[in-house]
Amino acid sequence: MALLEVKNISKKFGSTSVLRDINFEVEKGEVLVLIGSSGSGKTTLLRCLNFLETPDTGTIVLNGETLVNAGAGVKRENENAVRKKRLHFGMVFQSFNLFPQYNVLRNVTLAMNMLSKESLKKPSPFKLSEIREYRKKCAEIYADNEKKALALIERVGLIDKINNYPCELSGGQCQRVAIARALALSPDILCFDEPTSALDPELTGEVLRVIKGLKSSDRTMIVVTHEMEFARGVADKVIFMSDGIIEETGTPEEVFGNPKSPKTRAFLSKAAEVV
Amino acid sequence: MQPEFSYVLQQLMSGFGVTCTIFFLTLVMALPLGLLIAFGSMSNFKPVKLITRAFVWVIRGTPLMLQVIVVFYGPGLWFDTPVSSRLTAVVVAFVINYACYFSEIYRGGIESIARGQYEAGAVLGMTKTQIFFRVILLQVVKRIIPPMSNEIITLVKDTSLARVITVAELIKEAQEIVNIYGILWPIFFTAVFYLIFVGILTLLFNFLEKKLSYFKA
Repeated sequence: MALLEVKNISKKFGSTSVLRDINFEVEKGEVLVLIGSSGSGKTTLLRCLNFLETPDTGTIVLNGETLVNAGAGVKRENENAVRKKRLHFGMVFQSFNLFPQYNVLRNVTLAMNMLSKESLKKPSPFKLSEIREYRKKCAEIYADNEKKALALIERVGLIDKINNYPCELSGGQCQRVAIARALALSPDILCFDEPTSALDPELTGEVLRVIKGLKSSDRTMIVVTHEMEFARGVADKVIFMSDGIIEETGTPEEVFGNPKSPKTRAFLSKAAEVV
Repeated sequence: MQPEFSYVLQQLMSGFGVTCTIFFLTLVMALPLGLLIAFGSMSNFKPVKLITRAFVWVIRGTPLMLQVIVVFYGPGLWFDTPVSSRLTAVVVAFVINYACYFSEIYRGGIESIARGQYEAGAVLGMTKTQIFFRVILLQVVKRIIPPMSNEIITLVKDTSLARVITVAELIKEAQEIVNIYGILWPIFFTAVFYLIFVGILTLLFNFLEKKLSYFKA
């Protein structure tokens, strides 16, 4: 059984169909790369997975658990249920969206600490011993989280920047922090939404190298990108989207080497054009 | 007969005390109330939004002096429960008025924060409340310090409107002396108090701005 099964996802914004009957699967440890021209629905698809958009129809099943069953008796889920489900996915945004008022380390640990604190039993406000116990546990967990965060920051090559604020970093460094931040919550699937589109050309390399370095047998990733060379190098599976539908799916060799659909061919030859 | 300088100063100081009381009470209550009103005017629930915005329109659309008069005389006139404390009436009117002005500053600040900040918090599993207090608020505070300081400085001088219901604030005290002794300088002298007060506030705001300059938002 595939780790992620996406079935019949459709989404309209007003009268515009952004996604039309999207179906695909992702295996554990696989890197899926979504390519296609702007406006083809790649980003919306990622946002549906991350609960930032709600699809109009379709199901999203992760590890056998149905996360989204849209259209079947529309009911608003409560915030906590959605939070729990969306934590299966991590998201790296095009514009980083780091928290500007926190330094690098804090950006990575903030959500971790909040979540671990939530898992602890709240002490009774009248029992001093319970409060003391609670504080001690918090401190221990925070220390653990910090260790984990530092390891991740080291992994993205920014260990000498832990006390810097996002405004003191380059775009590439910011994006690497964002990657560490997303990894910190150990999501089942890590999504990248055009992670290098907001970067200067000389900074894209460092980010792409980090993403490539994350590839391993137990890390599943979905990457939306316009970097074709990178896509070809990192992908296990490539999906080419056009006008809200999946035009072509295959291994990178198939899609890049021998595209079947004329639309894919047109897109790839345009993308390969050098000015 | 000329009054002693020390006597005038003493009278003005007592007036300045009342001015400060109005100022601080208004500030302490209007700042949180303004945030509440800002949430109301941004509510997704239409009736709340409309009522809040209409209320803000009325309060910003009428003179503060008139509002002070209405708060003081209104209850006695319409509900047969006269307001006993003039100072309370002034503070109530000021709090409502300034909360409305503050609310618009808050709203501007909150709406200026990029959607990506909310989304980043959401995908990291934070609740809406956590996102607001741990991610958004400080960025908003940083952005609204300049317009807020403007408004707060205006509040210092608006306290002089309290004399419309004969609350003995700074200008009112000075006027009394002018009326009794027929000299004009005490009324001019009140400017010194306002200038020093606003000077201190300005330094404070500069300090705050500097404190928050470690990040860009």
